[in-house]
Amino acid sequence: MSRSKRWLSVAGSLLIIGSVVLSACQPAAPAVSQKLEFFSWWTAGGEAEGLNGMYEVYKAENPGIEIVNATVAGGAGTNAKAVLATRLTGGDPPDSFQVHAGLEVQTYAPEQYLEPLDDLYASEGWDKVFPSDLLTLLKYQDHYWSVPVNIHRSNVLWYNKKVLEDNGLEPAKTFDEFFAAADTLKAKGIIPLVMGTKDGWEAGHVFEDVLAGTLGADAYRGLWTGATPWTDAKVTQALENYKRMLSYVNEDNSALTWDGAGQYLIDGQGAMMIMGDWTAGWFASKKYADYGWAPPPGTQGIFVALSDSFALPKGAKNRDSALGWLKVSGSQDGQEAFNPKKGSICARTDCANDAFKTVPETYEYLTSAAQDWQRDQIVPSVVHGAASFESWATEYKDIIALFVQSGDVAGTQKSLQQACVNAGICK
Amino acid sequence: MRRLTRDRIISIILILPSVLCIALFVYGFIGYTVFVSFTKWSGQLIPDYTVVGLSNYQRLFDINDVAGQRFLKDLSNTAWFTVLFLIATIVIGFLLAVLLDQRIRAEGLFRNIYLFPIAISFIVTGVVWRWMLAPGTEATGAAGVNLLLERLGLGFLKSGWYTDPSIGIKAVVIAATWQMSGYTMALYLAGLRSIPDELREAARVDGASEFQIYRYVVIPLLWPITLSAVIILGHISLKIFDLIVAMTGPGTGFSTDVPALFMFDTTFRGNQFAQGASIAIVLLLMVAVLVVPYLSYSSRREAER
Amino acid sequence: MTAQPIRKSVRRSRLLIYLFLIVAAAFFLLPVYVLVITGFKSFQEVSLATMWNPPSAFSLASFQKAWSGSEAEGFRGLAGNFLNSVYLAVPATLLSAILGSINGYILSKWKFRGADTLFSLMLFGMFIPYQSILIPLVRVLQYLTIVTGPIVEAIASMPVPAALSGLPPWLAGFVPAYGTIGGLILVHVIYGIPITTLIFRNYYTAVPTELVEAAKLDGASLLGIYRWVLFPISMPGFVVVLIWQFTSIWNDFLFGVIVTSRPAVQPVTVALNNLAGSYIVEWNVQMAGAFLTALPTLLVYILLGRFFMRGLLAGSLKG
Repeated sequence: MSRSKRWLSVAGSLLIIGSVVLSACQPAAPAVSQKLEFFSWWTAGGEAEGLNGMYEVYKAENPGIEIVNATVAGGAGTNAKAVLATRLTGGDPPDSFQVHAGLEVQTYAPEQYLEPLDDLYASEGWDKVFPSDLLTLLKYQDHYWSVPVNIHRSNVLWYNKKVLEDNGLEPAKTFDEFFAAADTLKAKGIIPLVMGTKDGWEAGHVFEDVLAGTLGADAYRGLWTGATPWTDAKVTQALENYKRMLSYVNEDNSALTWDGAGQYLIDGQGAMMIMGDWTAGWFASKKYADYGWAPPPGTQGIFVALSDSFALPKGAKNRDSALGWLKVSGSQDGQEAFNPKKGSICARTDCANDAFKTVPETYEYLTSAAQDWQRDQIVPSVVHGAASFESWATEYKDIIALFVQSGDVAGTQKSLQQACVNAGICK
Repeated sequence: MRRLTRDRIISIILILPSVLCIALFVYGFIGYTVFVSFTKWSGQLIPDYTVVGLSNYQRLFDINDVAGQRFLKDLSNTAWFTVLFLIATIVIGFLLAVLLDQRIRAEGLFRNIYLFPIAISFIVTGVVWRWMLAPGTEATGAAGVNLLLERLGLGFLKSGWYTDPSIGIKAVVIAATWQMSGYTMALYLAGLRSIPDELREAARVDGASEFQIYRYVVIPLLWPITLSAVIILGHISLKIFDLIVAMTGPGTGFSTDVPALFMFDTTFRGNQFAQGASIAIVLLLMVAVLVVPYLSYSSRREAER
Repeated sequence: MTAQPIRKSVRRSRLLIYLFLIVAAAFFLLPVYVLVITGFKSFQEVSLATMWNPPSAFSLASFQKAWSGSEAEGFRGLAGNFLNSVYLAVPATLLSAILGSINGYILSKWKFRGADTLFSLMLFGMFIPYQSILIPLVRVLQYLTIVTGPIVEAIASMPVPAALSGLPPWLAGFVPAYGTIGGLILVHVIYGIPITTLIFRNYYTAVPTELVEAAKLDGASLLGIYRWVLFPISMPGFVVVLIWQFTSIWNDFLFGVIVTSRPAVQPVTVALNNLAGSYIVEWNVQMAGAFLTALPTLLVYILLGRFFMRGLLAGSLKG
């Protein structure tokens, strides 16, 4: 046989043998079964564990349904949003997906791509069980489009108890107290405020808490509805406060994500960190318990809230499974299984405190957060999709990212006002 | 004659699928992107094809607009990155090739060490170099390369690397050069080996020093390789995305941001589809400015052959 | 001129050369050192401050976790998707190499009017940023699936003996459609056309036209010349293209996550990306996973590496 013919026949036989062998390794073609495909970017740590907990509840109530956990990590959700955008516009939606409660839902053009859930809310009695502030947040164009599973708090000041004690400090209640404490700490060679800005949203996150602390709940809310102009003197004050705060932050903040910076706090080299309460779950995974928490300066009695929720796309291939899933996610069992591991509090008001004992490390924090949720004034987080459209939130994030470096108060304030105009809210 | 015409037809048929695919998947999509860049589609997944002319482009170049501030910084970053990256990889690759050409023992081993990074994905490179160039702080002590420099007594070389806005993307060049220098080294080594010894001998006989031989004989002969390296590396650097995302993100004050990242961010996080499209087109135009002269130059050179 | 000083200065410069090469090698190997030792550490131990320190205990746990994933923690691990990458990279590399070879051959040896312009246009297409064409790409693939979808169904439901029951769905996966490996292969082959054509066209341009002319005089046809004259001497060019394409296809993330959106079908780079949480990253697992993912390309490179040099020597990448 000629050489090339021999090669060809060898290659050909290898291919055939190989595919037969490999096909034996494949699982047998599955019997036509019901599926549930849930799309999120919860891929590790407490988030994934919480999701898994909810899957267990679902499986118990809906045996025989195969759960496909479609996740895409990275970019603080941007990768997932890219995939979701192509899938929704391409007519290949998942059965349900994760979306922040609030105006973030506008991105997905609900009238076109999502199913309204008003009937589900009525049949499950959810309008009596979710707090009214949350329900207001969830309504867009007079319909409910997603089921909230949890509440996270954006404005928490975490601190290393030992570091503050050693320096005779209490967590600051006002900005002046904060700056005084920071000066003391800086003189001792301790990083007063640790921050990691690599992912681009953290700086905006801290600033929204500064805004809430400087303006108070009503004026802060007004920023997103157009009632408070961004040119207001209080906003200038907030920017000045933030600028001063930034002078106490670790210089390598752009090299670190928030948890990378949090390591400084755990190691006692940093004193305080302003970050959402998923931090509690992270401290637990790092086996660190010697921390305290308090509202950041000026935000006593204010709860800057964000909430993860699940939506139902139109044309979902397994609509019944999806509806079952949504029912579980809004149910007491589902939320009690999900939240302790996720490190958040229930969206429902009737979750039992005892359920949170399953994760003892975060029990203390979460129960105190649940109490605050009942009595504090609730305002929406902008960085996490509650307060405004995504396009506005992204512009806000970019503007603050520039501010961190430039410190230009006047220019930034102008840009913030312009962003509001671009979003169609301000004139 | 008949055979020739039949062969002509076959040649066209064989190349047709590629042409059609490129026409649709590249130029068709470019056309669609150009169209979208003239619309005001933003905020939602449902396209809004209302034409608004050049206003997206205007925003990108308006220094008073946050989009313009970001984009102009991106352009400057890309310019710095491309220039430094090309110079570094070409110079380092050439140097390594010259050294390896000196009949070194264990040449194969050294060659493999220099070459293997190109097998690694940019994402992995970015993750590792993010750690290596993380500078640490005054309070907590140096980290990464800074720590190493301290221990080696070279502490004065410490720097903020990519966290320092004035350096920014120039630090990313280090990671990219690490990844691709082996490739230029391989190119140049092959090129050096293909230069006939007689040419170098002749120059030596004429009394030229080694340095002069390199300058006047070798380097000019390697010009085609340099050009081809510039094209391939240049195209990688203009489209660079994975490395930035994995290594630094946009950076303080967007000091490590690049147009591809801005485009991805603004399209899928900010839902500004029209703005994303206009960024893509500006990127393409920049590329055209660089590549079109090269293409016409090289096809002219071939016509001369 | 005495022999001694020359030998000494020659020896000194040789020493300097080796020194330089070793320092350069250290620079190139440093990141690998970090990657591997972090993979051997436990999560508690992993931090920037201790980056250079070797692990207190060498444990394979992170590699294990990266490979098998953890259902409780919600990530799939690399094992399930590893084979997908193989099913993707091997055919796509071979196909795009063959396509590039034929295109390069035609554009260099059978120039028709406008061949050069065509080549320039093809090359220019290499420069589009892929982020900008994701949405239209998926739309076009959806339209394609209208035609090829039924073919996928037909193949997948072919009756076969029970022992081979995994075979039809596996084969069906190779049909180009949105969401299949075949669709991903198609995308990579199409976007690989410019670079493979570039490499081969340059390679074939270096082949003397007399060879082709002689064959033509002997009465060989276009395909005959390719088969008997050019293909046999194309090996160096193929090696360069195969290595380049395999590396870039294996390492691709963007198309893998967009074109194949179901986890079971995605390539390993997507699984690797998912080892990171969105808020929390287990670095030891990620680095271990990165190392595992890089192994095949490293292997390809080690096995074919010396042919790579020969391929470059033969002029595949001259301007």
